Amino acid sequence: MTDINAIESKDLTKRYDGVTVVDHLNLTVKENEVFGLLGPNGAGKTTIILMLLGLTEPAAGSVKVFGFDPTHDPIKVKRLAAYLPEKVGFYENLTARENLSFIAELNGISRQETERLTGEVLLEVGLDKSADQAVGKFSHGMKQRLGIAEVLIKKPKIAIFDEPTSGLDPKGINHLLDLIARLPGVGTTVVLSSHQLYQVQRVCNSIGIISKGHMVIEGSIDQLSRDTMAGGNYIIEVETENPGAELVGAIEKIKGVNKVDVKENSLLINTGTDLRADISRAVVNSNFPLIQMKIHEFSLDDIYMKYFQEG
Amino acid sequence: MKAIFRKELADYFNSIRFIIFFALIIFAAAAGLFAAYQGIRSAELPEGFVFLGLFTTSGSAMPSLVFFLSILIPIIGIALGFDAINGERISGTLSRIISQPIFRDSVINGKFLAGIVTMGVMIGTTLLLVSGYGLRMIGVPPTAHEIIRLFLYFLLTVFYGAFWLGLAILFSVLLRRVAASLLVSLAVWLFFSFFILMIAPAIANAMAPVTQNSSEAEIIRYVNIQQAVLLFSPNTLFSNATMAMLMPIPVGTLGVLTPAMAQYMLPNPLSLVQSLVLIWPHVTTLVSLSMVCFAVSYVLFMRQEIRST
Repeated sequence: MTDINAIESKDLTKRYDGVTVVDHLNLTVKENEVFGLLGPNGAGKTTIILMLLGLTEPAAGSVKVFGFDPTHDPIKVKRLAAYLPEKVGFYENLTARENLSFIAELNGISRQETERLTGEVLLEVGLDKSADQAVGKFSHGMKQRLGIAEVLIKKPKIAIFDEPTSGLDPKGINHLLDLIARLPGVGTTVVLSSHQLYQVQRVCNSIGIISKGHMVIEGSIDQLSRDTMAGGNYIIEVETENPGAELVGAIEKIKGVNKVDVKENSLLINTGTDLRADISRAVVNSNFPLIQMKIHEFSLDDIYMKYFQEG
Repeated sequence: MKAIFRKELADYFNSIRFIIFFALIIFAAAAGLFAAYQGIRSAELPEGFVFLGLFTTSGSAMPSLVFFLSILIPIIGIALGFDAINGERISGTLSRIISQPIFRDSVINGKFLAGIVTMGVMIGTTLLLVSGYGLRMIGVPPTAHEIIRLFLYFLLTVFYGAFWLGLAILFSVLLRRVAASLLVSLAVWLFFSFFILMIAPAIANAMAPVTQNSSEAEIIRYVNIQQAVLLFSPNTLFSNATMAMLMPIPVGTLGVLTPAMAQYMLPNPLSLVQSLVLIWPHVTTLVSLSMVCFAVSYVLFMRQEIRST
């Protein structure tokens, strides 16, 4: 079922007072993946999300969420989609349970079902002990978790989080990311808008980087790191002792190796495919110790910074 | 919409605001009752209108209940509506609510309806309380006629409250800050309740100046202009309609009565139908004003973009 697209936008455009905020954006999110929407502040991430939910109308282009057009069928889209805005607010005079029940009622969930579900989701986000406390007394982290509970109670096909980790402590961030990472397992596609690159890298399968309303790059993280940093190739890092010219020569002879760089005790080998087996054989056969070997992983920071330097 | 209506209603009834205003309106009822106690004997009410006198007679120092209500109702309407939309926008709940599978208009409809019901409960309670205690006090039961008039007055008051509620909601849609919408609503109320009373004579004087020895026609023209200006105020509409409903003696409240005409005036109360005919324009204007306020806020709200930040 992963070939169904949860979100598909075509030339999506939004203007505010003549200023184009989102410019011919083409975005595809597959079902049951965690998609990271990246970009600096003011890149148009929130506007894109609002258009996905039918909360604001696009100036041009189209967007489909599970085949429904949010502009014409907002109710159908909102039945499938849950949204956690950047600044979540709750009715402070109501308890956590009451806040959730209200949302459940708006979603047409029956009374008995609501009771069962609220208990369930509050336990899941770790708020079961504060369920009957007024939300006004909640800390920021607790409110954020209640926001997640509210997303969970809808059992959405797609959940959209806008900067969900802002203002949370490291423990809170971890807990929240764990909850998000679990969602595709229960059939929920996730769109995570953030500029916390490390967090995005931890939970997302694919990302789209937005800058000034344009999609700069889109794809899976593995693919992107190879495409952007090594021209589509692998970089294999080999740690050994005092590598000499003969070792470099031996490795260069392997078919598929493009380039070998020596850096103190390690070699950086640019290859077209994963040649770790051949390389290790070459190292050992040349009587050099093979201390460690790994495919060099680029962090999302590298990719992100590269794009924003070029842009 | 039912869910929002229910929640808003529960919110209103639990809010401190509601408790304060309810206390205030109960106090007004007590004061009005006391005023009637002081003044009802000397009021010389026509037969069949004694019971309504409970609501309209003022005492030696105490204004009547209808006067209290005419002041309180706008304030209550404003108090219930001034933060309806922008309050939720600021607390971040609005963007959550409208991202749920509900029609956007049910948010504003639910709020408006809950506000009207809340006011209905307040006004209804007051009128019933005064009726009950008043009945014990004067011992004159209301006629069927009076009950109908009282009920129509109740509806009228609710419509009047709905106008102010609608106006306050309109400002809460228009203005981002709660304090701003409250102040603007209060300013409008102040203008129509007090300032217009000073402006109307000034305008009339400019258009049709009168002196000591002006002719009757000139004076009539002056008064007519003044009243025409006053009719722009919903307060005037309401108080005129109240008069006709509860004190149906045509004593020049709705038009100019020259001494020559006054000679021929019969101090007879108007029939119910005649009272209705008399105030029909007032009522329709009042209702359409509330409709306009609500419709404008509805349209604005539907078109507004709601961001969480």
